[in-house]
Amino acid sequence: MEYHVSLPIPLEDIKKLRVNDVLYVTGSVFTARDSAHVKMRGMKPKDLPFDPSAMALYHCGPLMKKENGRWIAVSAGPTTSSRMEEFEDILLDRFDIHLIIGKGGMGERTGKALKKTGSVYAAFPGGAGVLAAEKITGVSQVFWLEELGMPEAVWILEVKEFGPLVVAMDSLGQSLYRHL
Amino acid sequence: MDTKNIEEGLLRLILKAETEIPSDVIAAMKRAYLVEGGAAKMQLEAMLANAELAKKKRCPMCQDTGILTFFVQVGTDYPAIGILKEVIEHAVARATLEIPLRPNTVDPMTSKNHGDNLGSYMPHILWDFEPGESVHIVVLPKGSGSENMSALGMLSPSAGLEGVKQFVIETVKKAGGRPCPPIVVGIGVGGSADLAMNLGKRALLRPVGTRHPERLIATLEEQLLDLINKTGIGPMGLGGKVTALDVHVEVAHRHPASLPVGVVIQCWADRRAHMIVHKDGSWEVK
Repeated sequence: MEYHVSLPIPLEDIKKLRVNDVLYVTGSVFTARDSAHVKMRGMKPKDLPFDPSAMALYHCGPLMKKENGRWIAVSAGPTTSSRMEEFEDILLDRFDIHLIIGKGGMGERTGKALKKTGSVYAAFPGGAGVLAAEKITGVSQVFWLEELGMPEAVWILEVKEFGPLVVAMDSLGQSLYRHL
Repeated sequence: MDTKNIEEGLLRLILKAETEIPSDVIAAMKRAYLVEGGAAKMQLEAMLANAELAKKKRCPMCQDTGILTFFVQVGTDYPAIGILKEVIEHAVARATLEIPLRPNTVDPMTSKNHGDNLGSYMPHILWDFEPGESVHIVVLPKGSGSENMSALGMLSPSAGLEGVKQFVIETVKKAGGRPCPPIVVGIGVGGSADLAMNLGKRALLRPVGTRHPERLIATLEEQLLDLINKTGIGPMGLGGKVTALDVHVEVAHRHPASLPVGVVIQCWADRRAHMIVHKDGSWEVK
């Protein structure tokens, strides 16, 4: 099935998604990779300067440029999700995140957390950075840029029809990576 | 010597590598698109569309613009050998701002990102010398998604070529969808630990679809490509027939007691570009 949906996706709709479904999402996503995950693991929801529950978590370290005082995404495809495996069950549970976008898949620990929290993992084609940037309509905020640098900072991106995303791990515990 | 002119050439070289996928890779991706179906086909379709868009917009095709490795073959009669390192470094810093490239080099002790893609041993420059008056420079930008999956095996010589194949397949299976398959695999067999890895990386410079001139090595490449594609990992690890676009093997003679195998995995965006600097400072980027 192919779905065109707004973020955040209602929980009952997320639970209906199955592996091999194709998604195009519109709304806000926040980027987080290794360093942001380390920081978030040590924080409570009330301490965070942004609200992850209203957005999708995007494993991405974008290439950005500043033009006339505004940030623009030049190339912004996904980064390898498996590096975040040791953090993701904690983050899903604590920050009420229900859609992860990344590439390459995640392990059993995250698979169990997806099932427990009723969440899904969807894959964007790796290396398709310009295609991803084309779907980013705005950069609303950036956090921890000075401290972590461009790739590791948390960028809040507004996306329109962001996809194709293949649901690769669903809330039933099915994974397209498992047969490997 | 007009260093500014050579610097402009290097900027063009880096821009080409980051924004234009070599035609041999595109051709292999198109062949893969024809044989795949379902989610795998959709990945390949998006990758090919992205390659076209990146070229048209002159934007880096992947946000991970990589660590830049320069393979520099210097003609010993080239008159300005002494300036090359500095010009390359300066071009990388400019490319970071002007193309732009993602600032990727961080201090390994403090994790501080200085924002210019320079640093200790960065960019990585590998020098070779041979008789002649010109300089050949190949740049290979390589992202961490694929580089993290590379591996060195110090096999027992008794493991033989079967052991080499087994190690390569294990490495590819362990990598799964993480290095952005369909991958290109560069393999160095023999030499020492560092030489095997170096040869594995150099093997990536050969165009996709070309075989090693030595028959035994060419056969090993074909066998490995077949075995890798039988793993079923497929584009982005979502399952499929094409896990690798090609396998390239380079060899070095080895110590009788060592059998080093360097496996360097490259993502589908097998980015590289070639430049010639002539004696008079004029240049061409191919």
